[in-house]
Formats: sequence, structure tokens, C-alpha cells
Amino acid sequence: MSEVKKALALISGGLDSMLAVRVVQQQGIHVEGVNFFTGFCVEGHTHAIRKKDRARPKRNNALWVAEQLGIKLHIVDIVEEYKDVLLNPRYGYGQNLNPCLDCKIFMVGKAREWIEQKGFDFIVTGEVVGQRPMSQRKDTMPVVAKHSGADDLLLRPLCARNLPPTLPEREGWIDRGKLYDFSGRNRKPQMALAASFGIDDYAQPAGGCCFLTDAQYSAKLADLWQARGSRDYGMDDIMLLKVGRHIRPRPHFKLIVAREEGEGNFLQGYKRQFASLTTVSHGGPLTLIDGDTSDDDLKLAAGIVARYSQGRQADEVELLHTDARGRERSVKVKPLSPIEVKQEWHA
Amino acid sequence: MITEPEQLDARGLLCPMPVIRVQNRVEEMKSGERLRAICTDPGALNDIPAWCRINGHKVVSSEERQGEYVVVVEVGEA
Repeated sequence: MSEVKKALALISGGLDSMLAVRVVQQQGIHVEGVNFFTGFCVEGHTHAIRKKDRARPKRNNALWVAEQLGIKLHIVDIVEEYKDVLLNPRYGYGQNLNPCLDCKIFMVGKAREWIEQKGFDFIVTGEVVGQRPMSQRKDTMPVVAKHSGADDLLLRPLCARNLPPTLPEREGWIDRGKLYDFSGRNRKPQMALAASFGIDDYAQPAGGCCFLTDAQYSAKLADLWQARGSRDYGMDDIMLLKVGRHIRPRPHFKLIVAREEGEGNFLQGYKRQFASLTTVSHGGPLTLIDGDTSDDDLKLAAGIVARYSQGRQADEVELLHTDARGRERSVKVKPLSPIEVKQEWHA
Repeated sequence: MITEPEQLDARGLLCPMPVIRVQNRVEEMKSGERLRAICTDPGALNDIPAWCRINGHKVVSSEERQGEYVVVVEVGEA
């Protein structure tokens, strides 16, 4: 009896990787999954923060997919290593700060290291030629295979028949005739294949599963780098950019204004790292201040926060300023009008 | 004999970090040993049991205690 071949599949939590795994499982391959956590993944965080999202199921789609497929899933924290991918992408960015091609090369490269260490035979992804404008094009998919070091150990079952045969196909571990020739952005072939497998529940992330593809998020990250004078970030930065209104009325400081109770609760956890403003005379949002503020700056900041409070129509709103060491002082201001909170201040 | 669980403080971490911490700690433990993970992200109550189910570990208990979510995991066979 021949030895069962083993594949490691990149699992995003979406439909394509789910289908790709099912296709190779049907050929008797033992599959395990890997999911890479960059910090920018849309999964999870915002569900936990925003109160309005708390009613939504809090399932992690990668774990859920693995369970549906009956495979083990290894979740790998690559937050630190990913900085170099984001800050120095060899192939540049997409429409926003999304280094999709470098990202895919990095992840497939990590998968290659993993299969070498664990004695697995090849790698599976759910990529489809022509589906993504940067990393899943006819001319860039070979770049991923080459620069990740995976070369012909990288099998893309959903579009394999549009690509040269890989080692698993040439060696007969996989029957190429039972792979697919999907291409382009049309999702109907995937949906039909899902139906044929009896899969009727799957995540459909709009625009991918990464905050870096989001224009607003990328703009906030670019603003952060510009204000700091250096392109660097930490996990707290990644998190805080996902939360609240970010308003920069002056180059040297910005405000992070909670938009709802859940965000306010989350920002509470940062009060020892940042100065903050809370409204006293009226209900209002907790606001963190990132940067040093003069007395004039503080009045401006308080006027902005008051504009987002229940006292926005009042002649005066009282706020409490607390510095990162817990020292408090009262600030009384007239709320700014919506027109005075300039659009260009919104990061 | 059941020994006292090891403790894992995952408070302040948002998913999937609690499950990653559990995964990494469990890799260093032996079959039958127990780990008590204390989390503040309610998602941990779903993610840690899901991770256990697919990787062959057992959830002994999971409960909410004053805004904290405590999951006790028993390590399965490798």
C-alpha cells in the first residue's frame, strides 16, 4: 500500500481555500491547515470591540472551515515578522497599503518552511488565476511560487489546469484531470463546486480579509507614520487604528473618539498610555489624545469632543482631562460646530 | 490523578491571540495535563473550544466570571 501524501493548506476562512482542501482530500491526501495572523486580519477584533457587532456570531472562520473539513489548523502569529513585508514590499502596494504580492510570497514561504520541518509533501492554496488584481494574476502567480521557494510544491487545485503541472501532479500523487481550470473574478464556478460538495455556509468577505485593503484604514496608518516621522508600528497601533474616529486638528496630536459604548470600553484600557478627555456635564464619548497638547490645543480638542457629545447644542460643555499619569483637570468649552470640525482633520 | 491546571493569562488579548497562546502552550504540555486560560475577549469561548475539537483536545469547562472567560483544556493524545 502506498504511503499517504500530506499537504499543508493555507486557510483564510473563505470559500476558495475550503474548496481547494476538499478537492485534494477527495484524492486521498492528508491535509492540515495553517492560518497566519498578521494583526491586520479582519477576523475577530472588531467583533469583540464594537457593541453593535456583539450580536453577530463570534466564530473564527478559519477554525470553522477547518472543523467543517475535518482537518487540524495551526494558527501562526507573524505580527512581528510581517512588519518587514508591510514596510518594505519588493513588489509595492496595491490600491491602498496592501502589499498583497509580497504578503502571499511571505506566507507561502512560511508554509514551505513548515512542510520541511514537519515532513509534509506539498502546499495547497485556494488561489484562482485572475481573481485578485495583484497576487492572483497569470503573471504574478509564478512569482509567488518562485520567490517563496515553494516552486512546484505549490498546488492551486481550483486553477491548476491553467498552470504548468506541479510536482504532486507529475508524480501522480494528484490526478490533474480532477483539478479545475477556474479563472477570473466570476464566483459562479466556486459556488457550483461548493454546492456539489454540499457546502452551503461559508464566509464571503467583501474585498478580502485584511484591513490593509481598506482605504480608510490605510489612510489612518499613513497619517500615523507621517505624524511620527517614521514608518513603524506596534500591535497597539494596529488595534487603535481599527477603533473610533481619528481626528488630527494639528500635526502634533490627534484624537481617537469612541463612536459607541463598546469602543469606549475598549479605549478605557489605554488610559494609562494616553491622555484622555471625558465629558462631565453631558453624556459623551471617551477620547484618547495621541501627542502632546498645549493649553490652546487642549481647548481645541475639548471643543471637538464636545461636538460629539450630547451637549453639542449647549453653550458650554465641561470635560475632564486626565493625563497618562492620572492627573486630572477640568476644561470648559463651547462645542465646535460641525463645520468647524474640518473634514481634512479626519484621518 | 488529575493535577492542578497550569495557568494562562490571556486577559486584554483579542481573538485570535488567546487561541494562539493556548495552542503554543499546549504544544509544550503532555497528554492528560490541563491548562486554565483566563480571557477577556468573549470570542475565546468559541475559538478555544473550536481549536480543541479540531486538534484532538478536550474542553473540561468554560464559564464567564465577572467579565472574564475561563476555559480549562485537557491536552489530548499527540
